Amino acid sequence: MKLSLSWIIAFFLPLSLPTSAQQDWIRTGTGLGVEKVRLAVPDFKASTQDPKSSELLKVFNDTLWNDLDNAGIFDMVSKSFYPLEVPGTTADVKFEAWSSPPPNASMLAFGNLGISGANVTVQGWLYDVKNVTSPQVLGKQYQDAATSDAVRTIAHKFADEIIFRLGGGIPGIAESKIYFVSSRSGHKEIWAMDYDGANQHALTHLGSISLSPRISPDGSRLAFSSLTKSSWEILMYSLDLDRMVTFPRFGGTNLSPAWSADGTKLAFSSSRSGDSEIYVMDSSGANLKRITSFKGPDVSPVWNRKTGAQIAWVSGRSGLPQIYTMEADGTNVQRLTDEGYAVSPAWSPNGQFLVFSWIRHYGPGAPGAQDIYIMDIVSKQWVQLTHDGGRNDFPSWSPDGRHIIFQSSRAGGDQIWTMLADGTNQKRLTTAGSNTQPNWSWK
Amino acid sequence: MKQRRLKWIMLVFALSAIMTLGACKKKVAPPPPPPPPPAAAPTASLSASPNTVDKGGSTTLTWQTTNATDISIDGIGAVQPNGSQQVTPADSTTYHLTAKGPGGTQEATARVTVNAPAPPPAPQASATEEELFSQTVKDIFFEYDKFDIRPDQQAALQGDIDFLKQHPNVRFTVEGHCDERGSTEYNLALGDNRANGVKNALVQGGVSADRIKTISYGKEKPFCTQSTEECWQQNRRGHFVYQK
Repeated sequence: MKLSLSWIIAFFLPLSLPTSAQQDWIRTGTGLGVEKVRLAVPDFKASTQDPKSSELLKVFNDTLWNDLDNAGIFDMVSKSFYPLEVPGTTADVKFEAWSSPPPNASMLAFGNLGISGANVTVQGWLYDVKNVTSPQVLGKQYQDAATSDAVRTIAHKFADEIIFRLGGGIPGIAESKIYFVSSRSGHKEIWAMDYDGANQHALTHLGSISLSPRISPDGSRLAFSSLTKSSWEILMYSLDLDRMVTFPRFGGTNLSPAWSADGTKLAFSSSRSGDSEIYVMDSSGANLKRITSFKGPDVSPVWNRKTGAQIAWVSGRSGLPQIYTMEADGTNVQRLTDEGYAVSPAWSPNGQFLVFSWIRHYGPGAPGAQDIYIMDIVSKQWVQLTHDGGRNDFPSWSPDGRHIIFQSSRAGGDQIWTMLADGTNQKRLTTAGSNTQPNWSWK
Repeated sequence: MKQRRLKWIMLVFALSAIMTLGACKKKVAPPPPPPPPPAAAPTASLSASPNTVDKGGSTTLTWQTTNATDISIDGIGAVQPNGSQQVTPADSTTYHLTAKGPGGTQEATARVTVNAPAPPPAPQASATEEELFSQTVKDIFFEYDKFDIRPDQQAALQGDIDFLKQHPNVRFTVEGHCDERGSTEYNLALGDNRANGVKNALVQGGVSADRIKTISYGKEKPFCTQSTEECWQQNRRGHFVYQK
């Protein structure tokens, strides 16, 4: 496929698109559009003499570095280039040592962490080291319980402040959550974790097969599909109450719930009529309405997150599954993919792109790779994002549109990976058991 | 040795011949033979063990007789004076033994009760039906990514329809299964289409829809877990499960 346009994903990931037919890799380039900010982040220093502080400092420093590195908008200055003396407070900053080579940093994030009694206090600053007269971009102080969880949260908050300031006013994602399916307890249950893979814990303990977790836009409810005694039903878990809440049951096979961006509606697949079709209902389960009517599997709906007016979904009406879009009332059906086996669409927060999983050359005797692709829904031009083997499926966008989380079997069993939305910086987040169908929180 | 024994025999023979010849001369009248004692009456007994059997079961008849020369059991015929024999009566039977001898005739009987087959208890009956179901009803296999019933499965389908129409009380579930290659959500929808495809074909064949439940397992409960076409084919099926 020949592409000559340059896209900008979510404002800041400039993509250089290939012009040859064989090559559809995309690459980010620091020389394209906006140059990445060169950021130095020396370890925060202890401001009190407490035996616990070294442990908490390590959690804080690792988390902060990781968040800023993951953000994809910084050129992180390697710690080996740093001066021997790193600052813990504003008075310690030696501008020249940071702004000139070898660090050659534009920005410096630094601070200190102290423990008094059961509380921890973190002071953090962001300095523009090339602006000696008025260097401070950010100065923050945080207080919380002296636990590693609280310290990790403080690091996420501070990282998000920096990303917000230097990343064009787009909120960071360090406090966002991932919901996913894990079999590590012996059953497929719904689990949650922080965006960086920390704090993995089970939400459901149903002892059945639970799939397709989808978090509501406000983060209060989680819809998913679970095998009950005699059918697959949409179930609802309240994150406010930390328990299951009742939800109507429809009979037949009910799968793949999807929240509308305003949180008032759910789309899902149901075979209650005898053939799987896409239905829309209120988020209470009332006012059920069928919006497709065609023989064959119809599943995996997802709303346009920007407009709420369109639904993309997967249909087997023409044979192998393909990605289609329609208006939310079922009209104006359009097919987006034209070959292979295309499933698991996910709409970008800005409404411009779909990511999905595609085996472009599919069929017996043609065991094509299953990779994540991104498509501009207006032009239908697409770019392949994963190239590393295995089955890559169930992509989901980060709230800032800069990241995509997905499942991949490239390392053996299915595990959850993240990457930047241009396909770079791929990292694995899970290891125990089989972990699938990640769903990123909306904020 | 042999020759000496022969000589002895010859000698004895000669002596006795002389004595007999000599005795003949004496001609003493023999005493009249005593009247034959009255012949003893025969005795007979017949027993069956056990004396109650279920239909189709066998029992052992045992009899003893004395002073009988002609013994027979009705339905079996002539038998030895003493003996036993295994019999499998179709219905309750009174075995009748007749022992005839010079001293008369003696009879003996033994009754064997055959229980009519009790109506077997209900669970046993359904177990049998369940066995028949699992022996007879064949799963329907599907083409890759398809949910229509392919021509080579029509015979199996017709066999299933015939059995299910002959056993109108059987209720069952059709499970839709898919191979591991597809995506989780799509495979569940595809499995649902397969299960409903089998159900619709059965209903068209005359099986009542309210006897049939359907469920999709997608690729969640594979029959086989290797990544080979043979294994994948095993996993692409509509699987029949008897409903108790």
